[in-house]
Amino acid sequence: MFAEENGLKGDPRLQHISQSIRVVPHFPKNGIMFQDITTLLLDHKAFKDTVDIFVDRYRDMHISVVAGIEARGFVFGSSVALGIGAKFVPLRKPRKLPGEVIFEKYSLEYGTDCLELHVGAVQPGERAIVIDDLVATGGTLSAGIRLLERAGAEVVECACVIGVPEVKGRCKLLGKPLYVLVEPRQVDQCF
Amino acid sequence: MASKDSKDQDPRIAKISSAIRIIPDFPKPGIMFQDITTLLLDTKAFKDTIDLFVERYRDQNISVVAGVEARGFIFGPPIALAIGAKFVPMRKPKKLPGEVISEEYSLEYGTDKIEMHVGAVQPGERALVIDDLIATGGTLCAAIKLLERVGVNVVECACVIELPELKGREKLGGKSLFILVEGEGA
Repeated sequence: MFAEENGLKGDPRLQHISQSIRVVPHFPKNGIMFQDITTLLLDHKAFKDTVDIFVDRYRDMHISVVAGIEARGFVFGSSVALGIGAKFVPLRKPRKLPGEVIFEKYSLEYGTDCLELHVGAVQPGERAIVIDDLVATGGTLSAGIRLLERAGAEVVECACVIGVPEVKGRCKLLGKPLYVLVEPRQVDQCF
Repeated sequence: MASKDSKDQDPRIAKISSAIRIIPDFPKPGIMFQDITTLLLDTKAFKDTIDLFVERYRDQNISVVAGVEARGFIFGPPIALAIGAKFVPMRKPKKLPGEVISEEYSLEYGTDKIEMHVGAVQPGERALVIDDLIATGGTLCAAIKLLERVGVNVVECACVIELPELKGREKLGGKSLFILVEGEGA
């Protein structure tokens, strides 16, 4: 679901957040309008508002785990974890985590990739959210959900700053709700 | 360093230190890897870590917190948010989508590069560089150079852990280093 449809209709913070995101055409390849959140991170108010919206949503939901997807999920996830008093758990590309891991493969447009989670980071029964900067196909987030569920956690929701309009209609990923702040923009209106 | 003199050591330091897990022989034999992921699982120790940096920097007119990919992305943003600064990611090649400047640095075998977006920082801004750990200092040195090339004043480097045997602090071009705990390199 989009934040606007779920209690934040007309919230001026959402427009400011949307406009602070830079659109970089044809990155990483032709035809892709890349949603660059680095400009949001340069705007202290926009960045703080982004974190505050997630913290306000999750603080009373008894979430004990915030899992962030490498690397842009780290940028938002650790602050949200601190804000709600939860552990921060990085979900990483292969061979980055030094201890024993479980891994989950997922499909890319061409080929596959893999996400890893440290064994013991999450306990059975813990309530978790998964965070990333953007959701498109949902492949990476789905791998994150599967990893946490294999460790026995209950994934309560996935949270993303940006979500493609398609997720409006299908607002669940592997049966888990998706909470998104803004849609991608096609044209650069700032920076 | 926050814990140099044990009689003055901030009481939060001991818990932070014990929350860090040592993984022997990662990524290769002989290396005692300092795993901060266990620190992130200890909500009080993680909060204390951030608080120690925020307390140090909040009144120093810092407008930029630059964090080195990827573990610097975990510690840097909460510090930036708390002190009212922007967060600037320093990334491996080809990750940043816009126009970048880059700085090469030496590895044990070969070289690597870090990149920063053009326009992310302005001349005269006061900056911190953050990473989870300083070993040889190569990455931090490259980050300092990138920021200085565009006219930024790097006030200090801040890391959770230092491996003093590797003398990384001598590679920082005279910049000061603030750390919370010391570890053994190898």
